[in-house]
Amino acid sequence: MAENEAHITVRDVTMAFGSFVLMHDLDFTVRHNDIFIIMGASGSGKSTLLRHMVGLNEPVHGEIFYGGASFTRADPVERNRMLRGVGILYQSGALFSSMTLAENVGMPLAEYTDLGPTEVLEIASLKLALVGLKGFEDFYPSQLSGGMVKRAGLARAMALDPKILFFDEPSAGLDPISSRLLDDLILELRDSLDATIVIVTHELASIFAIGTNSVFLDVETRTIAASGPPQELRDHSDNPSVRRFLTRGADVRIEGGSARG
Amino acid sequence: MRVVFDATALRGWDSSLVNFLVQVVEPCRERGVPVDQEGLPSGVRRLIALAEAVPERKGARTKAVPLPILDRIGLAWIRGGESVSAILSFLGDVTQAVGQLVRGKARYRSVDLLLLIQQAGAEALPIVTLISFLVGSIFAFVGAVQLQKFGAGVYVADLVGIAMVREMGAVMTGIVLAGRTGAAYAAQLGTMKVTQETDALTTMGLSPLEFLVLPRMLALGLMMPLLCLYSDGVGILGGAAVAVGMLHIPLVTYFGRIKTSVDLTMLSGGIFKAAVYGVLVTFSGCLRGLQSGASASAVGDAATSAVVTSIVLIITACGIFAVTFYILGI
Repeated sequence: MAENEAHITVRDVTMAFGSFVLMHDLDFTVRHNDIFIIMGASGSGKSTLLRHMVGLNEPVHGEIFYGGASFTRADPVERNRMLRGVGILYQSGALFSSMTLAENVGMPLAEYTDLGPTEVLEIASLKLALVGLKGFEDFYPSQLSGGMVKRAGLARAMALDPKILFFDEPSAGLDPISSRLLDDLILELRDSLDATIVIVTHELASIFAIGTNSVFLDVETRTIAASGPPQELRDHSDNPSVRRFLTRGADVRIEGGSARG
Repeated sequence: MRVVFDATALRGWDSSLVNFLVQVVEPCRERGVPVDQEGLPSGVRRLIALAEAVPERKGARTKAVPLPILDRIGLAWIRGGESVSAILSFLGDVTQAVGQLVRGKARYRSVDLLLLIQQAGAEALPIVTLISFLVGSIFAFVGAVQLQKFGAGVYVADLVGIAMVREMGAVMTGIVLAGRTGAAYAAQLGTMKVTQETDALTTMGLSPLEFLVLPRMLALGLMMPLLCLYSDGVGILGGAAVAVGMLHIPLVTYFGRIKTSVDLTMLSGGIFKAAVYGVLVTFSGCLRGLQSGASASAVGDAATSAVVTSIVLIITACGIFAVTFYILGI
């Protein structure tokens, strides 16, 4: 796939629960090889947007495209096929607690490839080694620290060599060093797998370190307030709430109404 | 006129002082009475300033307005309808998954199935033993007191045998497993929702229905009949203990009566019921688990609701079976 080609397109998407509209008219394009950041304050619907993009929730309006093909209108079988090229790292890792790390990582391989049990195990070990968990194959998720669970979740997300990787708050609950290492790993994966990466986060350090493009979800207006490379938004955005977010509120004092959780 | 504070004699303070002062300062502000906070300790002044820094968000405070009775009836009706349609759609999903299983296309791990069978079957033996033995002996005891009045004490064997084999073996096992395994299923699936494991399955293209619900249903559907058979036996033994100990009926006579009163149709009827109850328990456990919200209390509610649903379904099914079996003359 060529550089700059649209990989994921979100067109006019409105997300709502019952009569409560969470975000409306979301419209953006994730280009091939981007590290695309979805940012916004807590409760703005970042993670929910990600859930919409992978089909866990349905948009009430609008459409999501992968490449040129509509994901929203695809039937379940077609969707599964499309999702096979997608890896997702959930906020809590979402490893299957009844399985060892090797079984967790090996599961998509056993499910969707013709590899024999030995090969599955070997590839699972390789993926675990890539995220720095060599030797932990027979551990259960409950025996690991939060950072290790996330890395194992990442190993599972990239089991099938996906072309798109979604990260839901990857640095939440990680110490600064682990968070930094995860950033490096994300960059490394983008380059080695030639993948497109979408990250939901509000971790400013990560946003500026690795983000190549972004959208900012505004809780007040309930839609996208700004889009573009994060550094550019910080320095040149004409939207005060975007600048305030990206500068950690440096240019404003606490004032009524702006101090939302 | 203005309000001043003198705190020179104040030795220590906590939030109750701040609370009191905020209650004083706010009405003063509203009425335009100047408040001089100079006399207060600086920590208290800063906390008051902080409490007033962000004005109350309009509409954030929700007041529970009691709805008119008609509204409440209407809402209850709508919610009832929604919950019934949720149950029906889950039933449809489960049926489809069973269809996949029959066609050999269902995807689950056989390791999981074996583990579930062990948990639901072998590990339930102690509690099933205890409950069945007690139920058997209670039947015998209650029956014996009445039957002795007619000098028909020996028929206690018939009573225990028929009651255990026809109904109680299956019902008691069902209720024990509803509390033991059904609640566990609801809690497991609920927690998997909290930790997004069910989401991870879905995005991997694996149906939680096939991967999580089917093996559980198979495990209970297979183990319940066996446990029921076991429960029948233990219940009859419990009856024997009372018959021998209290009524001094010889053991041979007791089992002789059991042999004449209990037949194979009765036994297989009970075992069939047990299999159905097993499916009902799994159904309620998994339904409530997958409906669970994403919090610790929601998972607790799911477990409670699973047990209640299971027991209601078991008793309802028991009634339906009683009528059907009567009509069929079994």
